[in-house]
Amino acid sequence: MTGDSTDGFRAALRDWLQANCPEEMRDGAMTEEGICWGGKDWVFTSEAQKLWLERCAAEGYTVPTWPVEYGGAGLSRDQEKVFNEEMSAINARAPLQSFGIWMLGPALLHFGSHEQKLHYLPPIARGEVRWCQGYSEPGAGSDLANVQTKGEDKGDHWLINGQKIWTSYADKADWIFALVRTDREAPKHKGISFLLCDMNQAGVETRPIKMISGISPFCETFFTDAVIPKEQIVGEVNKGWDVAKYLLTHEREMISGGAGGLAGGGRALGAILSETMDGLDDATLRADAMRCEIDSLAIGLTLERYKDQSEAGQGAGDASAMLKYMGTELNKQRHELMMSAGGSDALEWDGPLGNRAGDWLRTKANSIEGGTSEVMLSIVSRRVLGLPA
Amino acid sequence: MNKLVLSEEETMLADMARGFLDGAAPVSKFREMRDAGQTFDRALWKEMADMGWAGVLVPEDAGGSDMGFAAANVIAQEMGKTLVVSPFLSTAVIAATALRQVSGARAKDALARIAAGDVTYALAVDEGIKFDPDGTQMEARADGNGFCLNGKKQFVVDGVLADRLLVLARTENGLTLFDIPADRAGVERTASNMIDARDAARITFDNVEATGDDVLGAVDSAMDVLKPALQAGQAALAAEMSGLSAGAFGMTVGYLKERKQFGVEIGRFQALQHRAAHLWCEIEVTASAILNAGRMLDSDPENAELAVSLAKARATDTAKLAVIEGVQMHGGIGMTDAYDMGFYMKRARVGAEWLGDYSYHAEKIAAARGF
Repeated sequence: MTGDSTDGFRAALRDWLQANCPEEMRDGAMTEEGICWGGKDWVFTSEAQKLWLERCAAEGYTVPTWPVEYGGAGLSRDQEKVFNEEMSAINARAPLQSFGIWMLGPALLHFGSHEQKLHYLPPIARGEVRWCQGYSEPGAGSDLANVQTKGEDKGDHWLINGQKIWTSYADKADWIFALVRTDREAPKHKGISFLLCDMNQAGVETRPIKMISGISPFCETFFTDAVIPKEQIVGEVNKGWDVAKYLLTHEREMISGGAGGLAGGGRALGAILSETMDGLDDATLRADAMRCEIDSLAIGLTLERYKDQSEAGQGAGDASAMLKYMGTELNKQRHELMMSAGGSDALEWDGPLGNRAGDWLRTKANSIEGGTSEVMLSIVSRRVLGLPA
Repeated sequence: MNKLVLSEEETMLADMARGFLDGAAPVSKFREMRDAGQTFDRALWKEMADMGWAGVLVPEDAGGSDMGFAAANVIAQEMGKTLVVSPFLSTAVIAATALRQVSGARAKDALARIAAGDVTYALAVDEGIKFDPDGTQMEARADGNGFCLNGKKQFVVDGVLADRLLVLARTENGLTLFDIPADRAGVERTASNMIDARDAARITFDNVEATGDDVLGAVDSAMDVLKPALQAGQAALAAEMSGLSAGAFGMTVGYLKERKQFGVEIGRFQALQHRAAHLWCEIEVTASAILNAGRMLDSDPENAELAVSLAKARATDTAKLAVIEGVQMHGGIGMTDAYDMGFYMKRARVGAEWLGDYSYHAEKIAAARGF
């Protein structure tokens, strides 16, 4: 169903992928071990992983839709669709994944100065700098705007003191983007700034938190008289909430997209379940799985529709809250079904079904991180339905 | 590329349809028809024909507007919002799509009459309580140069007042679709007293004679003609049901903003906000499936089955939720006949069964997705 406009691009891309994507990178690895996160301390798990990243980065294919001058390939939405189709056609791994790509990048592209974009974006695209997110605090979860981490104006720099929590992969990140209270007198949404902080400096410490899934992707991060140069602010002083909200919509899309990665392009649930249950002969499970599959397909189409809408200039606005809510709740259901289908084989850590239990447990965070399902529903209720607060 | 966005033309069509229907066929109009026991407004249908709606799927050389399936869905969706009663689905979508599969002057003439609003059709497929075309038992026995039809059909939507019937029957080596006048000798129609107050019939065929000319498409090959027609009908019905969901939802959110209890608007209560927000999310997700079905039918009809079943399954589920939540959030008034919400609930239930229920379409999807 591709129009003529992208046929040439598709043919060229297909040739390029054949010539450049190493065999080992064609296993579509979605497992934690298969992901290349990049960063200063990144240790490639194979020569192929390194080669794949370098080749893609040289073409701008780690961030295909970013402008060329910032490290991308400047692809249009139609071309991006083709890119994704061709990548999945050969089952290619994503060459690089990171919060820099998914979250900071879009925020910088929207709010950053040209200098900031030139300085921060290309290293993200090349996988040289790994970012983490400093949003939540012990007292600021669903009430995110209640951040208390303090940023004092010291003339040529900000002095930062406070604690962040759920800073994913902070122990492996090079830089952190953080919400910091820079005006304690203003109403809570109006005294926050969005700052960029090098983690390799005095006064920044991080500690992993062990989770129910057995791994520690989340950390606590402490700031004690950490120094941030003045130019490392995105957007205006005390207007960081605008940046934060914009970034959150991308985070939500990422979570619902990842959760819904299943959806649309993802593998059919029936096929996965059939691997452990011959012919899926459990009628109750089968019926539940069919419903889950129907909803996955429809949510996948909704992701498509919103992308098409935003490209057509019809902003999807607060739709990201809807996608996040629907996508993550569905992903939890999906993993419940996969656990059921796995029976007792699924109950072992690294058992016959690999990390199925760990993945299942991990999905429980989907409807909490990036704004809980309840927060999403409240956003829809207020901003879309116009119900009184 | 098949964009999942309404084109400018489609947006205009929707706006125009909404403008027309708000004036000519608001829910109050349906109430009047229900109270009067009326199931067809011929003048309204004629107006729709004049706007090109009856001929939405009729080729231009037969006098149609030939706007395509996505456009038919747009019209159906707007009709659903105010529970418009018309033969749009049976005639303009299902019958027109079936006739389009057939070449020849006779089919072209029939299409022209559809576009002009001069003839209405009903599709007679169901024989039991569930939609199951492949399980059709009704017999069309070869008889001389023609056929002799014997059997029973039920839930023939628009069947009491339709001028013509598309009848699915079993012939020697398969299924055959017949296109016969509804008043042919041996056809006995009994009106079903439907919960949604629309036209539906139980029909008995007692030695009804049909000639080779009455066969639509080829003998023993009904599905060549019927399958595209069913898919178009299922997609348009899904669209109508999504309009119905939107209509019920609009009423409900409006009520949340004005109804006061405990001294405040009930829309301030988080329990209700979250129910309403969840419903909106479901409606949005279903809208994508419907748009996609229209796009697939227009661009790649051979491979549209999954998209169509997805649309119908989701629309069925969402409409059910919309009316259940609609009544619940309205409270007692939602249970009264004087209030419109009950109309939406009844229409949704009928739509849920017509042309395949949730399970029917879920099985189609399961087959396509490796279950």
